[in-house]
Amino acid sequence: MSIIEKSRLKSPWLLHFDTGSCNGCDIEILACLTPRFDIERFGILNKGNPKHADVLVVTGPVSKRAKERLKRLYEQMPEPKLVIAVGTCACTGGVFHNCYNIEQGIDKVIPVDVYVPGCAAKPEAIIDGVITALGKLQKLQEESHKKKGAK
Amino acid sequence: MATGTRISVVPLGAQHPVLPEPVALKLSLEEEKVVDVGITLGYCHRGIEKAAELNDFKQNVFLCGRVCGICSHHHTTTYVDVIETMMNIEAPERARLIRTIYSELERLHSHTLILGLIADAMGYENLFMQTWRDREIVMDLFELMSGNRVHYDVNQIGGVRRDIGYDMVKKIDKGMDALEGKFKILSKSYLNDPTFKKRTKAIGVLSKAEAHTYGVVGPTARGSDVPEDIRATGDSHYAAYNMLHFTPQVEEDGDIYSRVKVRVRECFQSIDLIRQTIGHMRDGPIAVRVQGKPNGEAVARVEAPRGELFYYAKGNNTNNLERVKIRTPSYVNIPALRYMIMGEEFAEVPVIIASIDPCLSCTDR
Repeated sequence: MSIIEKSRLKSPWLLHFDTGSCNGCDIEILACLTPRFDIERFGILNKGNPKHADVLVVTGPVSKRAKERLKRLYEQMPEPKLVIAVGTCACTGGVFHNCYNIEQGIDKVIPVDVYVPGCAAKPEAIIDGVITALGKLQKLQEESHKKKGAK
Repeated sequence: MATGTRISVVPLGAQHPVLPEPVALKLSLEEEKVVDVGITLGYCHRGIEKAAELNDFKQNVFLCGRVCGICSHHHTTTYVDVIETMMNIEAPERARLIRTIYSELERLHSHTLILGLIADAMGYENLFMQTWRDREIVMDLFELMSGNRVHYDVNQIGGVRRDIGYDMVKKIDKGMDALEGKFKILSKSYLNDPTFKKRTKAIGVLSKAEAHTYGVVGPTARGSDVPEDIRATGDSHYAAYNMLHFTPQVEEDGDIYSRVKVRVRECFQSIDLIRQTIGHMRDGPIAVRVQGKPNGEAVARVEAPRGELFYYAKGNNTNNLERVKIRTPSYVNIPALRYMIMGEEFAEVPVIIASIDPCLSCTDR
């Protein structure tokens, strides 16, 4: 395992994007960073730059206007990247399922790795989602090593 | 434009580290000075007003709560108030007192949230972390009372869904004591810290005349010497505010510092109001039966943490409403933001944006 791959698992950097959520999940993501939950003990930092980020944390049911922004942010992130959909409306559209301006979930626009349900998703659930995503990243890395070894 | 000056345009947003929500600002800079601002909204528009016409009028309580996650209780309170006015229902006294407790706790959590974000926007991360640590006391009380940290959904048409028991009242009282002690320490940093003062005094000034011209509401208006508070001045039958004693907190200067000062003082005021409300609590029913269907028109006004929240609804004697109009406080305050930013340094822009406490999910609905 290279040093970059190892540090990616030990200190993943988040990029948070709000695609029209009610703010409930956003303040819970912010609460994750503050002393009570302190997500930084897992080496997780919130960064604003998509080019530095490993994990994209998306909230909200994806409004038509935010859709293009979301796609562009996803494309700017380097591989391997993970996407976490936080909150019920990010997973399925939730209470906004019959609104005319929404796409009913992140997975209609970009591929999603981990779904965190809840309205609003609790900080504990968000931390659990990030840890699950890291497990997935480790698996992906191991698989790519096996492929290389087979060659 | 004078000859020789170059205007450079800097985009800020829609996704930016300092903005928790998507809003796009186009700043025209002349060296470091902002000469023009263009604000683009609509990233959060979901179409809630239309969705409210498609749902049952009782289901709408939950939809209206999801307009905003920070002031969700105020949105549901305004919605149930508008329907109760339309259907001539009077919520029981205990229900109105419980609504008041939730409202004031929500104001505490919203004000501490934005005070922390203002500190974060100017790079004072230590203060941000400490403020949010103490805010968890309020969040714990919410979890104790309703089972959820953000969307409590306690309101229903005709009263509230959950009662507050004796042991909870005791815990609220204890929590308020703890919070008051912690706020007394924190408020010293907000009000007396020389660095904080330097970044906030005489910056982003909105004079009283301009505040009237733009029609700003809430702490933004009260920071500019406009004593507007629906709890005290309006028809405050929506909760139990007519039973409580308080005066609107007003500051004269109209800069960021006065808006911060208003919010810090309102935090102490909210603690006091919660104690007063607990003193008024008597046993009794928490909800009345709702019969019939909404018919006619009604309006309701509520003082949300960001200012006056206004709902209009029209019923036509069916289960679905014909029209729901939501006018949120941030929607009114954002035009004034342009006036505040113009002529200031580029580095002050994030702090000025944070100082009016813009809630874009409210604004776009």
